[in-house]
Amino acid sequence: MLMIAELGHYALVLALGLALVQAVVPLVGARKNDPALMAVAAPTAVAQFCFIALAFAALTICYVRSDFSVINVFENSHSAKPLVYKISGVWGNHEGSMLLWVLILSLFGALVASFGNNLPARLKANVLAVQSWIAVAFVLFILVTSNPFLRIPEAPFEGRDLNPILQDPGLAVHPPLLYVGYVGLSISFSFAIAALIDGRIDAAWARWVRPWTLLAWMFLTLGIAMGSYWAYYTLGWGGWWFWDPVENASFMPWLAATALLHSALVMEKRNALKIWTILLAILAFSLSLIGTFLVRSGVLTSVHTFASDPSRGFFILLILVLFIGGALTLFAVRAPLLKQGGLFAPISREGALVLNNLFLVAACGAVFFGTLYPLALEALTDKKISVGAPFFNLTFGPLFVPLLIAVPFGPLLAWKRGDLLGVAQRLTGAAAVAAIAVAVIFAMEGGGGPILVPFAIGLALFVMAGAVTELVERTGLLKVPFGTAFARARGLPRSTWGGALAHFGLGITLLGIIGETQWSVERIAELKPGQTISIRRYELTFDRMAMRQGPNYRELAAHFTVRRLGEEIGVMEPGKRTFPSRGSGTTETALMTRGFSQLYLSLGDLNPDGSLAVRLYYKPLVLLIWLGAVVMVIGGALSLSDRRLRVGAPKPAKAKAKPALAPAE
Amino acid sequence: MTRKQRRLSLIGAALGVLALAVALVLVALNDSIVFFNSPTDVVEKQIKPGTRIRIGGLVKEGSVQRGDRLAVRFDVTDGKSTVAVAYQGLLPDLFREGQGVVAEGALDAAGTFRADSVLAKHDETYMPKEVADALKKQGHWKDDYEKKVGAAQQGKAR
Repeated sequence: MLMIAELGHYALVLALGLALVQAVVPLVGARKNDPALMAVAAPTAVAQFCFIALAFAALTICYVRSDFSVINVFENSHSAKPLVYKISGVWGNHEGSMLLWVLILSLFGALVASFGNNLPARLKANVLAVQSWIAVAFVLFILVTSNPFLRIPEAPFEGRDLNPILQDPGLAVHPPLLYVGYVGLSISFSFAIAALIDGRIDAAWARWVRPWTLLAWMFLTLGIAMGSYWAYYTLGWGGWWFWDPVENASFMPWLAATALLHSALVMEKRNALKIWTILLAILAFSLSLIGTFLVRSGVLTSVHTFASDPSRGFFILLILVLFIGGALTLFAVRAPLLKQGGLFAPISREGALVLNNLFLVAACGAVFFGTLYPLALEALTDKKISVGAPFFNLTFGPLFVPLLIAVPFGPLLAWKRGDLLGVAQRLTGAAAVAAIAVAVIFAMEGGGGPILVPFAIGLALFVMAGAVTELVERTGLLKVPFGTAFARARGLPRSTWGGALAHFGLGITLLGIIGETQWSVERIAELKPGQTISIRRYELTFDRMAMRQGPNYRELAAHFTVRRLGEEIGVMEPGKRTFPSRGSGTTETALMTRGFSQLYLSLGDLNPDGSLAVRLYYKPLVLLIWLGAVVMVIGGALSLSDRRLRVGAPKPAKAKAKPALAPAE
Repeated sequence: MTRKQRRLSLIGAALGVLALAVALVLVALNDSIVFFNSPTDVVEKQIKPGTRIRIGGLVKEGSVQRGDRLAVRFDVTDGKSTVAVAYQGLLPDLFREGQGVVAEGALDAAGTFRADSVLAKHDETYMPKEVADALKKQGHWKDDYEKKVGAAQQGKAR
């Protein structure tokens, strides 16, 4: 038998060696201005990635082959598990997920190395060196405290299986997506540190950082949305966001990355806000590291905390202090040396983007406080508190409302000096749409519901209509002949389309959130076969239940016929699975999609008298929550495909292709 | 506007948003924080009926009684004290006698804890941290809790 695990372990050790070289040599080269030394960075970055990929492949092979002589496989896999969960099991545990983390880290390093040919040599060398410091820290962490390749002297015959609720297609994709997002922010961080080391920063720097941040932001958005949908259908009680510390750990970098995207825009276009942008780049990745610490150290207990071992927590804390502390110290020393950029009036596109940043960072701060305060309080006073949804709704909500009101204004304001009144006039249409919505919803609710609901819906529609207004204004639709408008629309930079689409997506998500939280209906009942439960216009009849045998579980499946106003429209089959290898089970929710709304049915306990407890929800507009996130990501992708932003692409030769008539971008 | 004025207006806006955020956090801290208590805390601190709290401990063996319309009553214990809990609704998948549980709600006048949410652990090796700590305090928890839970569980399940 090949020693695959040992091979993987060895590859990881070699990767550490390469990372050490990459962390030191290019830096020395950049200081001495020695091209040969600086040129070491790119090939080592690629080689480092190859070796980590080899290690990752080795672990995956151990999982696929169910090699239970490897402790990690034994503890998290089972020979009867379907292949896809054997593979996703690789990152369904602490050690494997850290390996995935460094794999993605080195992938980003390799990407910069391969595609950064037009980067200034010194900047490239410094960026790759900083990137490699992070790699050294985390590969060392894996080798010292979380080695996935350790063996058991006497191999057991069967594994302990993966936690059943992690055996789900959602888990197969959620962590990789989220990690690409988290770790992708390391590139912005490395760029920021490299700029500080070099003491130089200009608009070209921002042109480099923005696509990477955008890419990370897109994956982060998808990963968070995916995780939220996964929680929604696996946990069985219909919640899609719990303000759980682990969720916050991914949400804080998202907020910071969103702010960074916007401030990098100012820096690229107007060469202003340099110091702030650098700080945000540092903060965004620092929050990623804090997220990794929170999730991986065992400080919090949740489904994400696979194991708690104090030495690991201590090690990650050390990495955290070293990197964040070091970065901020360097920032404090070097930032004042950076030159000030362009001027702008408070009422201007820049001003609007500053406002955006202020509110995003304040909201991020509130989430940060709410997440860490209970931990700090417990450590200092031994008091245990829970900071839950009410706290975040009360703090995060009010901070986001002004931001959302401002969203449609920003893109319509001119750079340098804007005309607020003129923009307000142009937004009359959007405001009218919102006002009509408020009136209609108010009438529909009959004045009965919470007074805030119609206004919240109005706000969501204002954001969406505002995004449309921007495009209408830019193309001159309704003012010029259709043909001209169409030509202008084609000539608009893709980043303009992308930005408008992302803002539109934000409105969609908001609409979904309000619909779901305010109009969701819940029914809980105990049913015997033949009995019916009704919700809104739907009636569900419990026909029968049966036991089924899955590959590594047994399932109690219930069969429901769904009728709408007496007419049969389909069946729903929720289930409860028992996994004998773990002695635990999962609830399999049944979902029926009706437009953007969903019927949600999950099972409770089977009572001795033969009745079955069920929980049924009608969730209006719930799908919009994730659909909006997808639209945001599409907007991001569109923006990323813009020529002017494309990584490594030279400036377009025929700049005149930009429509001369379009308002200044 | 001069450069100085512009910078001042920027700083002013930043301070304004910061002040708003701090104010919101302070208000929210007063209103929406829920304290965690072990059953012993509940007995010793004489928590007033109606105050929202979380309690956590083990579901006492043999204490679960199911009533009509998904009503359920059970005792939560930390080995020293016991609190009776009433709840209506579906219990989590891993709610079992002898296992860790966290409930949120308030005490009623009779001293029964009216829970509006009940959380159990995610899988068999996970014990809510608060519960583990509460048990540690009562001396029921000596070594690394993972091992102990595993052992205790096998003992109790059979």
